[in-house]
Parts: sequence; structure tokens; C-alpha cells
Amino acid sequence: MGKFKKSKSGGQPAINTASLPDIVFMLLFFFMVSTTMKEVDMKVLVSPAQASELVKLERKELVTFIYVGIPLKAFQSLYGTEPRIQLNDQFATIKDIQSYIAQSRDNMRESDQAKMIVSIKADKESPMGVITDIKQALRKAAALKINYSANAMAE
Amino acid sequence: MAKREIPEVNAGSMADIAFLLLIFFLVTTTMDSDTGLARTLPPIVPEDQPPPPPIKDRNVFRVLLNSQNQLLVGGEPMDISELREAAKEFIENPARKDDLPEFKEITVPLLGVVEVSKGVISLQSDRQTEYQAYLMVQNELAAAYNELRQALARKKFGKDYADLEDEEVKAIRSIYPQRISEAEPKNVGGKN
Repeated sequence: MGKFKKSKSGGQPAINTASLPDIVFMLLFFFMVSTTMKEVDMKVLVSPAQASELVKLERKELVTFIYVGIPLKAFQSLYGTEPRIQLNDQFATIKDIQSYIAQSRDNMRESDQAKMIVSIKADKESPMGVITDIKQALRKAAALKINYSANAMAE
Repeated sequence: MAKREIPEVNAGSMADIAFLLLIFFLVTTTMDSDTGLARTLPPIVPEDQPPPPPIKDRNVFRVLLNSQNQLLVGGEPMDISELREAAKEFIENPARKDDLPEFKEITVPLLGVVEVSKGVISLQSDRQTEYQAYLMVQNELAAAYNELRQALARKKFGKDYADLEDEEVKAIRSIYPQRISEAEPKNVGGKN
């Protein structure tokens, strides 16, 4: 049986970790810059639709979201299993859209108000009836630039 | 003045603090940027406005989408995979067929006098149509336009459509305007 050689005392010098904070800070700044906090609590289930001719929504401050989908399990006893509309943090109906649009338009800078984009984030299985009602409401609210939210198609 | 000795601050825990922050941002971050199909809705038509003049049948490309997500294009059932080519043929009308749209000549800055199709794509869906199916149709129609614009950009300017200057994009767009009209959906599929 062989014996393991005893390492000499003080053989391997410790790795210098003085630059570790710098590295971590660099990563930290990267994530701080690239991060976007989730602004709303989702109350409806949205599994995004897929498409290939996508356009990126560049300026987040111009975009107002409308979510459409089946309520999450916790809300189904109250709101049923039909697709519902969510504006901000609440369930809403078609009638609420107009005031919601007006409100989010008021919160925008005046120079940006004409460039407002409404992004419809709908579940891929929701019926077009709801979407069309939303579109009609948006026309009435004079919010004509819309964006059907979709993810890139998996090849 | 007496020289006071300042003890050095121990920076050993700096890494721990930074790690803590890093992990916080790692958890809260969502990298995905929002993408989607951009569309413009038509403005509301005032009720007292006279109805628009009728469009000739040959100038309309009718796309119907029923509650079973099946396509009917110009009266014929069609698979979604064929829609793009059909739409391109309709817009371009390369053989100048009689049953495909007419052309009118307009003057476009940078390109001079060009023939522009009078065709309009009309899209109608059912209230029970699935959103994904509807979006796929929109997607294919957008793709048809994008491919035509890309081909024209290469031919006229020798560049990709995405790399064109604003003026050139405008010129291309006035030759291939996206004219997709959406009729009110029908409710044949029942309920709702």
C-alpha cells in the first residue's frame, strides 16, 4: 500500500480574491441595467401566441398593456373560466377600457401621447370575440396603434 | 496638528453585499423584451358619413376564418401554409390576370412613375375563432408584404428593407401599402 505524500506546509498559496468584488459588481451593474421589474400581478393565464413577423416594442413608456385570458385557479370561483380582461391589477370589462386608456394617456408626456401603443397580450386560445370587442373599444378611445403580443415561433 | 491614524475600513464583506444585490436582481430580472405584430386600427367612422364607394370584386382578396379555425380564401378552402404565396400573387398580379387586382399609376419620390395595385385584403373572422389562428393569418399577410417589400428594396436600392433610409422606406411603402381591412366578425359558432 502506498502512502500519500504529505503536502509541504504552506505549499499552495491562497488565490487572491481581492478582485472578486469588482467582478461581482460588474455583473450586478449588468443586471441592474438590463432588468425590468414586473409591474403587474398576473391574474389571468396568458400563454403567448406565436408569430414570425415580429416587431420589437422599443420604448416601454409608450406601451399600455391589456391582458386577456382565463382567470388563474385562485380566482376561478369568483370570475369563472371564461376568458376575462385584466387591466393593471384588476379584472375589468369592455366598458372599463375607454377610461383606462384615457387614464394611461394622461400619465404620459404630452409629446408622447400621439405615439401611444396598446399591446394586447391575449392567450392563444382566447376567442376572437373578446379581442374584437377590445378593438372596438380602442377605436372609440382613439387608441389606434395596437400590437398583438406574440413570441417568436419555434422553428 | 497631531497626526491621527485612521484605521482602514475592512472591505472583506463588500463581496457579500454585492452578491446579495446581484442575486436580488438575478431573481427579479425578466430579460424578454416585448414583441408582437404591429397593426393600426381604422378610426371610428362618423355615422352620418356616406358609405364608401363599392370596391370591384377583382380588387378584393377575401380571407374568411371560421369558428373551427378553417380558412376560406376567395371562396376556396385553403391551408394556412399556402396563404402567403396566394397573398403575394394577389398583390403583385405578375401575369396581369383579369381576375386579379387592377393597377393605377402614381408618382413616387425617388422611383418615379410606378404601377400600384388597387388590391385590398379583407379579413373576417368568427367570434369563436382562436386568437392563435387569427394571428397566424395576420402573420402570413404581413409576411407576404414584407417579402414583397424586401424584394423591391433589393431591386431598386440594392439594400435590405431593414437597412433603408426613411425616404426610401416611404417610397417602398407607397408602392406596397399594407391594405388589410377587417370586417366585423360574424357569430356563427354559437354562444357568446
